[in-house]
Amino acid sequence: MSAVAGVGGEERSDYTREESREIRQRSLRLLGSLLRPERGRLIGSALMIVVSTGAQVAGPALIAYGIDAGLPALVAKHSSFVPVGVAFAAYLVCAIAGAVLAARFTVLAARISQAILLDLRTRVYRHAQLLSLEFHETYTSGRIIARQTSDLEAIRELLDSGITGLVRGVLYMVFTAIALVWLDPWSGVVLAASLVPLAFLTRWFQRRSQLAFRATRVYSARLIVHFVETMTGIRAVQAFRKEKRNEREYGQIVEDYRDANARAIKLYGLFDPGLIMIGNITVAVVLLIGGFRVIGGGLAIGALLAVVLYTRRFFDPMEEMATFYNSYQSAAAAAEKISGVLEEEPSVPDPGHPVDLWKASGGVDFDDVRFAYRDDRVVLPDFELHIPPGQTVALVGSTGAGKSTLAKLIARFYDPTVGAVRLDGVDLRDLHPKDLRRAIVMVTQEAYLFSGSVAENIALGKPGASRDEIVAAARAVGADEFIRLLPDGYDTDVNKRGGRVSAGQRQLLSFARAFLADPAVLILDEATASLDIPSERLVQQGLTTLLADRTAIIIAHRLSTVAIADRVLVMEHGRIVEDGTPEELIGGTGRFAALHAAWRDSLV
Amino acid sequence: MLTTRPSRPDGSRDLGTVRTILRLMPFVRPALRSIILGMIAALLAGLVSLAIPLVLQNLVDGPLSTGDGRQVLPAALAVLALGGLEALLIGARRRFVLTPGTHVEAALRNTLYRKLQDLPVAFHDRWQSGQLLSRSMSDLGLIRRWFSFGIVLLIVNVITIVIGFGVLFIWSWQLAIVFAVCSIPIFVYSYIFENKYSVVARRSQDQQGDLATAVEESVHGIRVLKAFGRGRYSLEKYVRQAEQLRGTELDKARAVAGLWLWLLLIPDVAFALCLGGGVWLASQHLMTVGDLFAFFATATVIRFPIESIGFLLSMTFDTRTAIDRLFEVLDESNPITDPDPARTVSHPTGRLLFDDVHFRYQDSPESVPDLIDGVRLELEPGETMALVGLTGSGKTTLTALTTRLYDVTGGAVRIDGVDIRDLTREELRRHIAMAFEDATLFSASVRDNVLLGRPELADPERKADADRVLAEALEIAQAEFVANLPEGSDTKVGEEGLSLSGGQRQRLALARAIAADPAILVLDDPLSALDVDTEARVEAGLRRVLGRTTALVVAHRPSTVQLADRVALLQAGRVTAVGTHSHLLATNEHYRFVISSLDDDRESPDLDRYSDDDEEVSA
Repeated sequence: MSAVAGVGGEERSDYTREESREIRQRSLRLLGSLLRPERGRLIGSALMIVVSTGAQVAGPALIAYGIDAGLPALVAKHSSFVPVGVAFAAYLVCAIAGAVLAARFTVLAARISQAILLDLRTRVYRHAQLLSLEFHETYTSGRIIARQTSDLEAIRELLDSGITGLVRGVLYMVFTAIALVWLDPWSGVVLAASLVPLAFLTRWFQRRSQLAFRATRVYSARLIVHFVETMTGIRAVQAFRKEKRNEREYGQIVEDYRDANARAIKLYGLFDPGLIMIGNITVAVVLLIGGFRVIGGGLAIGALLAVVLYTRRFFDPMEEMATFYNSYQSAAAAAEKISGVLEEEPSVPDPGHPVDLWKASGGVDFDDVRFAYRDDRVVLPDFELHIPPGQTVALVGSTGAGKSTLAKLIARFYDPTVGAVRLDGVDLRDLHPKDLRRAIVMVTQEAYLFSGSVAENIALGKPGASRDEIVAAARAVGADEFIRLLPDGYDTDVNKRGGRVSAGQRQLLSFARAFLADPAVLILDEATASLDIPSERLVQQGLTTLLADRTAIIIAHRLSTVAIADRVLVMEHGRIVEDGTPEELIGGTGRFAALHAAWRDSLV
Repeated sequence: MLTTRPSRPDGSRDLGTVRTILRLMPFVRPALRSIILGMIAALLAGLVSLAIPLVLQNLVDGPLSTGDGRQVLPAALAVLALGGLEALLIGARRRFVLTPGTHVEAALRNTLYRKLQDLPVAFHDRWQSGQLLSRSMSDLGLIRRWFSFGIVLLIVNVITIVIGFGVLFIWSWQLAIVFAVCSIPIFVYSYIFENKYSVVARRSQDQQGDLATAVEESVHGIRVLKAFGRGRYSLEKYVRQAEQLRGTELDKARAVAGLWLWLLLIPDVAFALCLGGGVWLASQHLMTVGDLFAFFATATVIRFPIESIGFLLSMTFDTRTAIDRLFEVLDESNPITDPDPARTVSHPTGRLLFDDVHFRYQDSPESVPDLIDGVRLELEPGETMALVGLTGSGKTTLTALTTRLYDVTGGAVRIDGVDIRDLTREELRRHIAMAFEDATLFSASVRDNVLLGRPELADPERKADADRVLAEALEIAQAEFVANLPEGSDTKVGEEGLSLSGGQRQRLALARAIAADPAILVLDDPLSALDVDTEARVEAGLRRVLGRTTALVVAHRPSTVQLADRVALLQAGRVTAVGTHSHLLATNEHYRFVISSLDDDRESPDLDRYSDDDEEVSA
């Protein structure tokens, strides 16, 4: 594994030659795969632009013809309008063809770039969703957001303006050079000579700007991370007067970003005048040589005009191409980061040959499972557990005992390091993801709401659910009442992060979601922590009906939940230390009996 | 359609655009001198490039027609010198303008951030952070590019084009008129273009903001999406949004293509007409071949700026939209501000009074009663008050009012008799520290997170104090797990650091509130994510702190309530009873219903959950 594979080494900007090449190739592969489906349109647009540019380039040659052939014909004894008429008409036809095709090309190019962009957006979004929680927990949300917003923006800029500019520019230069050589080979030689310093200048610019633009991507990602963290944590920021300190920290990153940006643009500020200088020197040399040849009779005056115009025009798109190169560098740096994310393999991959499980009965087995987040942090050393279908299991134990890890293994947020977790005898790693998610649902303490209405949030449990189903689910968990009291009832917008509903209400909504999903195995990880006691009681009444015919794993530190369990597991340091029915354990002398007694005392 | 030499202040017709852009003046002023110098350099460069045809004309009509070879070299040298000068001037233009442009961008970015931090929580409830993010990143980037590039060329190129037209008149007034008349449709179309384009430009930027929001939610809500296997479902929704954006972008491209058509066609048609006309004029000896030569050379120089109008116009309108979007936030009035002059409570005793407090969201409909509907509650110095009530009864809202995260809409909250709106927010939030249920940690070390409310301890000389406060707070909050983190209390947590469990985060948030050593502690269900053992230990620790601090504690469980001296029962935004736990338990039916989990089989008095019954109010 290379040090820069995936998102490794992303924050660095001092890659070795090999690393740099590896990253570049990776983003080129990405680019290639994005362009491939657009081949047809690309070819069509290339043809269009060839004709259009050709028409535009014909201009000076026609002017030369008009002056050198049309003027003498007019002045001649038998004055003839034919040559000048031909030049005029040809110029007009070229003008119309050139302009119409260029306009059509603009729309076609937008079609191509938008198609590519949509493809890329979809890929990154899908991949981000595929990547396991492990990745998200270390990579952080701000950075993955940066990849999908500002980095995509950089690529969008390239596609929007850059590609059009590049294709048009290259063709324009090629055609102009051809016209020049055809009109006057000597001037062509001069132009060819000018390509040498041009190549050196471009190479210098390319090298330096690659480094500069990489730095801007790193800082812009940092800006986004800081920004998102501040805005999502605004309550804590204000309550603890962090504003001033934030301003300083953010101001520092803003300055770093500004500096990186300024460095990148400064390079361009040298490159662009350099181009103009080379262009103007070439024009002067062409004029010098051409002038002597006109005097010597080797060149017509009209042809000299055309040659000078062509030479000058030859360099016009160079500037445009420098702009292209600018946005290319910026986009390439972005593509490097994006391709890195896309290269990340989900550590919980979808099965190659998925096993279907149409109707799960809900038996869960841990066979010789060992699990470690990292090699040195073993959470479940050697775990064996068999839950028959329909059983309601309560998990009890102190923080860090491995309860949540157990739950995450069943929900396949993680895969075991050794051994297997099975549903109805099928290894979760082989189960079709669709069946897995239909069969097993987990409700966590963190009840995230998406922007949209209350009804839409509940319907996340079963997309396409009817309003009646949604209301029934809400009623079953006791959420119906408060929802009806909201300004627009079920159609109330929950706004950013559910700002308007309380934490307890959010949990009720996420319960309703789970209820609607109707899974064979339901995992509740501290899912009632924020509920008041009456709501919890109501949820539990709902749960008794809900859990009657399905498997449930309930993690709760309030032992009231245990009452509805068929079986209680007490965990400590990743091992089960007690296992039995609530009655057995309460009646015994173990840890659970002590816990239960203490809890009982705390009640009123 | 990208070129680097755009042109023409078409906006002069449209005061809307100009006025909008002028609003940035205060930010641009420091860079103004550089921008003007850059314009002068650009203008000179334009003049120099127009002077080159002059030399050509002299060459063609002079030595070339007479066959005098000695004049060729000086003419070529003159072209060379002018060309070199042009390059230097363009270099100077970039030097002048680019760096100041980045400073303008940075100043705007800091201003926006400062404003957003200052705006109250109610604003952030309403605005999706994706929309804010797209303003801070892409809109400001656009504004920077326009200032260091668009505006300069806009003004300079119009002058260049005007002068260029003037020069064309020198070579041949007849041809120049043809050229000028042909350009009229460009102006007409530009006007049509603006109307079409501004609408789609705005729509596109808003849709981009929505897309950013969707991305953000998909990342923050990843656990929910994974738990329900709704990755594909959310992807489909996202793709639909992205497709809408694509539609808008294609509309934009069509508008641009329409303009582009005219911008390319018209100069070429003009060239064709001038070619025919020019050759005829020359044949009639109304102009020399050298004039014709120079005419075309000049027309070629101003042709590129004319073609670039499309790019420059769309960039200008994009920028205008970006500025509009920026000022939507900067113009937002902040109802929660510091008073002037501010009062101060130098030694707060911690007496906290809710004086007939009302609160409702500004945008909630008339029919909805106030969320906090006339709360009167007094906390004695050093007293611990538990706040008990059903989900949605207004507990969290009431706690948020104490630090002015929201402002009361009626009545007042007072500390030691002083209305909190008469204090600066800084002072108020020093007196009151909060722990939220959803514990937010920032990307910093555990130490910095816990000592967030004690910036004065950051001084290296007070490191011993800081260590003591940190250790004490962690000990009370039972956050002994910190010692086992890879780098102890220097371990970075939050977005960019180690991710902690809900219970761990909650304990650190609690430690943070304790470390702030406030006169009043406001804890919103601070123990919800803790297991029974840990909870009991935290409570034992809290008892020590609460003995010396006034505290308002939102509680769901009897064990937490037992920390309190008195309990206030909140029912549909009103305090319906205040008393000791045992007193309320004995006398208040609703309180028993809310807090007691013993009598599971008792008939739940569900009916009065949200009704205002006429229980005694003893506050």
